Amino acid sequence: MSSDTETLENFTSQDYKYGFTVDIEADELPTGLNEEIIRALSAKKDEPEFMLEWRLKAYKKWLTMKSPEWAFLEIEPIDYQGLKYYSAPKQKAELKSLDEVDPKLLETYERLGIPLEEQKRLAGVAVDAVFDSVSIATTYKEELHKAGVIFCSISEAVREHPELVKKYLGSVVPYTDNYFATLNSAVFSDGTFVYVPKGVQCPLELSTYFRINAQNTGQFERTLIIADEGSSVSYLEGCTAPMRDENQLHAAVVELVALEGSQIKYSTIQNWYPGDKSGKGGIYNFVTKRGVAEENAKISWTQVETGSAITWKYPSCILKGDNSVGEFYSVAITNNKQQADTGTKMIHIGKNTKSTIISKGISAGTAQNSYRGLVKVLRGADNARNFSQCDSMLMGDKCGAHTFPYIEVDNPTAQVEHEATTSKIGEDQLFYCNQRGISTEDAIGMIVHGFCKEVLNELPMEFALEARQLLAISLEGSVG
Amino acid sequence: MMLKISNLQARIEEKEIIKGLNLEIKPGETHAIMGVNGSGKSTLANVLGGREEYEVTGGSVEFLGKDLLEMDPEERAREGLFLAFQYPVELPGVLISYFLRTAYNAIREHRGEAAVQVREFNKLIQEKSKLLQLSPELLKRSVNEGFSGGEKKRNEIFQMAILEPKLCILDETDSGLDIDALQIVSEGVNTLKQEDPERSFLLITHYQRLLNYIVPDYVHVMIDGKIVKSGGKELALELEEKGYSAFQSSSAA
Repeated sequence: MSSDTETLENFTSQDYKYGFTVDIEADELPTGLNEEIIRALSAKKDEPEFMLEWRLKAYKKWLTMKSPEWAFLEIEPIDYQGLKYYSAPKQKAELKSLDEVDPKLLETYERLGIPLEEQKRLAGVAVDAVFDSVSIATTYKEELHKAGVIFCSISEAVREHPELVKKYLGSVVPYTDNYFATLNSAVFSDGTFVYVPKGVQCPLELSTYFRINAQNTGQFERTLIIADEGSSVSYLEGCTAPMRDENQLHAAVVELVALEGSQIKYSTIQNWYPGDKSGKGGIYNFVTKRGVAEENAKISWTQVETGSAITWKYPSCILKGDNSVGEFYSVAITNNKQQADTGTKMIHIGKNTKSTIISKGISAGTAQNSYRGLVKVLRGADNARNFSQCDSMLMGDKCGAHTFPYIEVDNPTAQVEHEATTSKIGEDQLFYCNQRGISTEDAIGMIVHGFCKEVLNELPMEFALEARQLLAISLEGSVG
Repeated sequence: MMLKISNLQARIEEKEIIKGLNLEIKPGETHAIMGVNGSGKSTLANVLGGREEYEVTGGSVEFLGKDLLEMDPEERAREGLFLAFQYPVELPGVLISYFLRTAYNAIREHRGEAAVQVREFNKLIQEKSKLLQLSPELLKRSVNEGFSGGEKKRNEIFQMAILEPKLCILDETDSGLDIDALQIVSEGVNTLKQEDPERSFLLITHYQRLLNYIVPDYVHVMIDGKIVKSGGKELALELEEKGYSAFQSSSAA
């Protein structure tokens, strides 16, 4: 087992240490952040005036803000002037074939069942011209077009559908929202835009994989999904394979607009580089995700978080309309020196609103895993109901699990339930499995999967299996 | 030879528990080790199973001609050693059928046999569950989760029936069982004995009661980490009559 961990860690650290050297690309803006940079960024993207103004307002606001310190995280100060805010297309040193890729990395891809061409993309190998990714994407686009669904990059949406962007961008997460969201509003690089028209059930599972140029969304990703009245859509972001990424700071914003009677299901699998065993390197993931549900609408967040050195993320639902429903299903795994402070906010405004929170936190190594959740029932939210269940699992005795539930109820007819458990994956359990002939790796996978079942069941089918294997790999060598 | 233990010494956390134990089990034989709490009989089961907390400080154990102590616990299991636990652990969220199929296929893979698919395996499960009178409902549940003491023990023998081991070690399987459950468990074990005449059993128990149902070929009395007396099945009765103290003195002598 320990040799497995070493291999796994070796390959991740190696990759990031010297595997990929970045060619300096001509189309870049200088390092640092100021008004000029933002103007230049907006100009390069050929954005309409309203977009630039919005970015500048956000930037001015950001200058007056301070990085939040309330989370249960230890964060090294970030040098915002030391970052580059525009570099497109972000050129990474392309490898010529899979032969040049670290075999350990390939082995992991194989174990995760990643198709060969996808492996190339992830490892940064030039994809063959023969590969029909374009044709897949084209077929895909045609089908969506027929249904009237708009699915494109946010940059494209800003240019092609300014009326929708203008109406909804910042309507859920205003540019003044918080330090990281405000920074994102000023400098967002790219991201996804989805619009599903009235009454349309989106015919396909939308995933970033099928969006051309999805690879290089950069570190300030912006996503906006609008489900018009009576429509429904399921969107999956991320990938179970270790992503090659040199950016240390990721500050994304996701806004979901669920209009009357619509449904949005948003699933995330996040497996960014967590840093090496000593905590060096690794990605800081500071994300603001929020949705507004109008009358009879439903928003469902499902997340499997196994990567990043630091995760700061609280996908939230504002249950504005009567009878609206919010759900949050989360698995967060932290190993070695990883830190996660994640949870959700359910804000009940409308009558008969319902929310469900199922959070599973798994800690191994010396990692810290915190659940932080707010359930707020406003005065007018008659008969609001919430059920929260937060379970933590510890592996070994050097890690930590913490639960910070905040419950604010302003309506006497509301029903709010909170359950929390902490358990330990025991030597006993592993020995029991071993004694039946089951390897430790499979045993951990099995036990962790059993623990997370309610959440994994919420994932789209094709990702459930990958997620299961990912859990096992993320925790390898953490016991015994 | 199925199992050959020579001068075995083992400790846990610096405390010597097994102090030079010898035991030989031939294929098809059923042995019972009897002893009071703290005599080291459960330690022996755990050492044979390969539990890490137990440190072997001397002696050797051969299992079907191979060095058992060199193997990982999963390797021992795949080679055909099965330990029915005194306290079976719960695995919340892990379905019994999935758990057992994973184990079954790991053992098959070890033997160079093809993996068995879900449908075929479920048939096998249905068949064997009748033997232990386990309700089909129970099989749809998570491993041992919310099981009564008796259900847990029956589930151990059920797993034994599925995995078809060569050597079965039953660590105080009779403890906490009422008479009905004890009969069901014993019938299960006896069926497994008949099913394969080469299969060997090592019963570890405190009381003679179990041996009324599963008749051993040999009985060993274990005191203070050693076998102090061995004999036929009548030794168990003698022990029941005279008590362990009668043998205590012989160990001191």
